[in-house]
Amino acid sequence: MKKCDKFVVNAVGRKVPTIVNGQEMVAFKGLRQHRPSGRKYSPPIPTCIDYPDDGNKVVSSLAEALKKCGLKDGMTIGTHHHLRDGDMVSNTIFDIAHEMGVKDLVWLPSASFPCNDPLIKYLEDGTINRIEGSMNGPLGKFTTYGGMKGCAVLRSHGGRVQAIQDGEVHIDIAVIAAPTADAFGNANALNGKSACGILGYSLADYMYADKIIVVTDNLIPFPCMPMQVQGNYIDYVVVVDQIGDPEKIVSGTTQLTRSPDRLLLAEWTAQFCDEAGLLRDGCGIQSGAGGTSLAVGIYFEQMLKERGQKARFAFGGSTKYLVRMLEDGVLDYILDAQAFDLDAVRSARENPHHIDLSVLQAYNYHSKGNYTSMTDIMILGATEIDMNFNGNVVTHSDGLLLHGIGGWQNCLHAKTVIIPIPLFRDRIPVLVDEVTTICGPGELIDVIVTERGIAINPKRTDLIEKMKGSKLPIKTIQELKAEAEAICGKPERPKYTDEPVAVIKWVDGTIIDTVWKLAK
Amino acid sequence: MSKIVSIGNKGKGIRSDCAVTLEITESGGISLQLESKVKVLYGKQIEKLALDILAFYSVKNAKLIIEDSGALPLVTAARLEAAIRKLTGSDKEYLLPVLPQNQSQTAHERNRISRLYLPGNSPALMINAGIHHPDGMILDLEDAVAPDKKYEASFLVRNALRGIDFYGAERMVRINQIPRGLDDLPFIVNHGVNLILVPKCEGAEQINQVNKRISEIIDDKKRNIWLMPIIESAVGVMKAYEIATAAPNVVALAIGLEDFTADMGVQRSLEGNESLMARNLLTLACKSAGIQAIDSVFSDVDDIEGLVNTIKVSKSLGFVGMGCIHPRQIKPIHENYGPDEAEITKAKKIVLAFDDATAKGLGVVSLGSKMIDPPVVKRALRTIDLALSLGKIPTDWKEQMLIEKA
Repeated sequence: MKKCDKFVVNAVGRKVPTIVNGQEMVAFKGLRQHRPSGRKYSPPIPTCIDYPDDGNKVVSSLAEALKKCGLKDGMTIGTHHHLRDGDMVSNTIFDIAHEMGVKDLVWLPSASFPCNDPLIKYLEDGTINRIEGSMNGPLGKFTTYGGMKGCAVLRSHGGRVQAIQDGEVHIDIAVIAAPTADAFGNANALNGKSACGILGYSLADYMYADKIIVVTDNLIPFPCMPMQVQGNYIDYVVVVDQIGDPEKIVSGTTQLTRSPDRLLLAEWTAQFCDEAGLLRDGCGIQSGAGGTSLAVGIYFEQMLKERGQKARFAFGGSTKYLVRMLEDGVLDYILDAQAFDLDAVRSARENPHHIDLSVLQAYNYHSKGNYTSMTDIMILGATEIDMNFNGNVVTHSDGLLLHGIGGWQNCLHAKTVIIPIPLFRDRIPVLVDEVTTICGPGELIDVIVTERGIAINPKRTDLIEKMKGSKLPIKTIQELKAEAEAICGKPERPKYTDEPVAVIKWVDGTIIDTVWKLAK
Repeated sequence: MSKIVSIGNKGKGIRSDCAVTLEITESGGISLQLESKVKVLYGKQIEKLALDILAFYSVKNAKLIIEDSGALPLVTAARLEAAIRKLTGSDKEYLLPVLPQNQSQTAHERNRISRLYLPGNSPALMINAGIHHPDGMILDLEDAVAPDKKYEASFLVRNALRGIDFYGAERMVRINQIPRGLDDLPFIVNHGVNLILVPKCEGAEQINQVNKRISEIIDDKKRNIWLMPIIESAVGVMKAYEIATAAPNVVALAIGLEDFTADMGVQRSLEGNESLMARNLLTLACKSAGIQAIDSVFSDVDDIEGLVNTIKVSKSLGFVGMGCIHPRQIKPIHENYGPDEAEITKAKKIVLAFDDATAKGLGVVSLGSKMIDPPVVKRALRTIDLALSLGKIPTDWKEQMLIEKA
């Protein structure tokens, strides 16, 4: 089987396959063009006949659970990334599969981390055929040089649950690492030594997978309350010593950036939102957990406080800074799919206004609306932005696949998307003629804030009008690019082969771009 | 004589820099080995630059290793030039084009409220320094550079003066203590420096030596190079007036309290009582010489409140600015040395009265029943200029005042 076949040029001018890993796919048609058809995927109907009346689903080990689930060649394994770089469960699944001699598995994580690098050996020996999820660091490098047998499929968080819901991806076995669980499989992430606060990425997995295993290091008597995971979806419960390394699951405290350059980006971003009238009483905001984004959030907090205003909701990932806003009454609700630090975990546990949210609710594009398009201000990052404001988050200018999409594509649907970003990083300009990989169409990216000036997407005439007379350095994106190239020089482009190594899905399940194998 | 040399920086945490290891060999041509995280994007350009420089110095046989962490061309060129000149003893300069804006001159009396120190051998801190808009940018060849790195730093500082856009900041260099500092001058005098800080200054003689050396090497005799001697010892304080009046290009005196307190054998405190007399003497000397008095840096970058309190005292003693060791200090320094609301309000009234008198052709300015002396008017005009340049009042403040009156 060819990895990819039947290439076409899609609506953003990129050559993409319409057959990927033997499965038919649709090329990107443009924004709001693709309509799904048919019915949602439904998992097989279970019966209580097969489950113990005493509700005790505990089995002796993960290996036993996987065997009971019928682990075999070619299966798809779903996991969540709430344990982040402290995850000790995902790798173990494949250690077991390797020992069992199982081949050609598909790993469908909601994200991967450096702790997953040991899986490279299983990609090499064929235990794992491919990863459909994010590829970071060495895993990304391995993929870009064509090390993976199958073609990687990169989806946004929302795209992942859309694909699961639509049946495009079928999870044979979902493994849910849970910081606290009971023997029936009810689980939450609020308590226990590995508490990570929220399990927002696992809902689709346990609703749609054939078999579901809960792995916990804190088994408590039924009922485990609150039930972030509902036990009547769960097949088996496994108790282990440790599901993760607590220090790497959540940080003790999230650190604000100390870089003066990044603080300047944050200050200008906040000032821009202020002058453009975006930050207003009752608004919805999201500014992630990255250093610059956190700092933007702090400026928002100060500005709202000074004016006696409140934001209505903020999306997580949550941090102590978002929690402080909630507790200080500058914010009504945190809608949270993941918690980044101990204050966020505490808040998720104690504060009824800190809402445990699933990606299925918030980000799924094949749904009756979603939350991101209701958000007023969205602060995001990018590795590259081109002259049409198209954005890249997965590859670097040297062609290496080094990041996942995360919620980035989903978040682009907010009312105003602002990307604060250094104009160049270690000589590498962020603004390019054409992005290496299109992850998001420029129509959805509104403002780029750099340390040498701010560019507004020409289609946002309203913002351009509002910022007339501002003291902020408003420039065109072409001017900013020229400035960067005067400092750094114009970079050469990497050389590719004609072998695809990964495809990038848009939020509607169509293929927006292809990542090509780099020439050695 | 050694035939192998290593210049520059590499390793974890090093960015925007490179390390070059050069060995000049007898035969075998040029062998160039480039390791770079931007090799795919800039590998060819880096190699071309390196070969250009080797050819410029007629080096035909050499082993060159460049370990690059995203250095800009002006950094790579400085590193390689330093390596070649150290090995060959050549004094030829390999100069990349100078930015037109880096040939600008500065005025005697310009604002020198904030001036940001940049270690002279750390390119990563230089490249974006200008975006924080201090009044002055000090490329430091003295205390911020380790003794064994001073040689290579002078090339980097020269190339930075020519090639990095500091977005309007006055380009300053702190040279080494005299006499050693005299050897730094050829690297900066014809390369766009606006002001030279002369550290540990203890008398007019040192100023004269610096000026003599400048006049020997300067190409454009009409170009102004200002001096800011730094007073860092008891002797220096006692000779402050002599130093302040040593030459017409001395535009300011700065005080360096770390060295001063060490010289006095006393502890430096947050309140600064131990240096009060010295600071008084220094501001007196500056005022009587008609130049600016600049205060010592505040070394705890996390303590903004402490910084602000120090500035309040400093301003009350007559200092008009302060050195910064971190960009985050710039804003509080501008805000707190700048005129406060009461000063601005008073100055506005005086300036309007002055306008009024001028329009009526009156020789005397009066406010209500009080006569305003010319020095007071001059000071008010200066306060308004300062407030304007710091963005504390809008450019159309006069119209707004008139509207308010109406």
